[in-house]
Amino acid sequence: MTFPTRIVMPANAKKGEIIEIKTLVQHVMEPGYRRDNMGKAIPRDIIANLTVTYDGVEIFKADLQPGTAANPYIAFNTVATTTGDVVFIWIDLAGKATSEKRKLTVA
Amino acid sequence: MRHTLAAVALVATASLAQAQDRVTVPRSGKEFQSAETRALQDDETRNPGMLWVEQGAKLWDEPAGASQKSCASCHGTATASMTGVAARYPRVEGTRPEIVTLETRINTCRTRHQASQALAFESNPLLSLTAFVAYQSRGFPRRVATDPMSAKMRDVGYTLFQTRLGQLNLSCAQCHDDLVGKKLRGDTISQAQTHGWPAYRLEWQTMGSLQRRLRACSLGVRAEVLDYGHPDYLALEFYLAWRGDGLPMESPGVRR
Repeated sequence: MTFPTRIVMPANAKKGEIIEIKTLVQHVMEPGYRRDNMGKAIPRDIIANLTVTYDGVEIFKADLQPGTAANPYIAFNTVATTTGDVVFIWIDLAGKATSEKRKLTVA
Repeated sequence: MRHTLAAVALVATASLAQAQDRVTVPRSGKEFQSAETRALQDDETRNPGMLWVEQGAKLWDEPAGASQKSCASCHGTATASMTGVAARYPRVEGTRPEIVTLETRINTCRTRHQASQALAFESNPLLSLTAFVAYQSRGFPRRVATDPMSAKMRDVGYTLFQTRLGQLNLSCAQCHDDLVGKKLRGDTISQAQTHGWPAYRLEWQTMGSLQRRLRACSLGVRAEVLDYGHPDYLALEFYLAWRGDGLPMESPGVRR
């Protein structure tokens, strides 16, 4: 199962321009400290990290912790250098990965 | 003379809700949220409800059931066919005293036209489709019909709104009419306007329907929490819609 995601970033940029990349992923981010109505512990289920590469080079990495709210929104800036793919990979604790790709054209 | 009195009495009951307590200036539930929450709703690149809207867009084109028809097979592109539609829900269809909400309408489509199964209340697919359809009406003023049956159902809802219930013995009106703008712990009491629903509620950390919100209110006054689709909630939904008649739709809203 992959997680629904939402990425907002420009498709085109000038060389050297600073661009903002916004990501949103739908995930319960269950912290693992809660119990259900029957008193049974609800197992931890969180996105462990988000890794972003741009033209094959890692430009952003975030490790998420159990205190993060559901559906984490992560935004960051980067400098447009060359035309290439920006690849986003979210990995949860079980190792399941969701990846998305956006092409950034640099003029 | 007696006839005149009877006629006056009839008129008085017919416009029960109209005569009393119509919120003079409906104010969006958004106005009662913090600046941060309002900003989160307004920025579509950050609004978490957009996750559901985007999934709804995918489901719109997905064939379902024995018919293998998708929503798009009949309705085409939602951006064209669904604009303004959600602003006309909930509504009374035909002359039966029944309220049809956007959720029940979508499920009717699924069972009647797609020969598929109805989606469960509060399931992600139903929330997504509802949010997607509601999103097409963003900015459209809500319009509630005033035909005799609609007026009748509105009055049913109005009566429920005024009825004290639960261990706390509170009616909806005691807070949402009398104490609007005052504080209830960390919350500012709103007018109970519903045009932002389905909404992403921070407390739930997920999207939820208006009925889930109403259930939370029932629980809040320690009354019986009724089932989804209960006629009381439907009538309340309809009255609440009428109460905010003219407010622009803003689903997916973000609420505390």
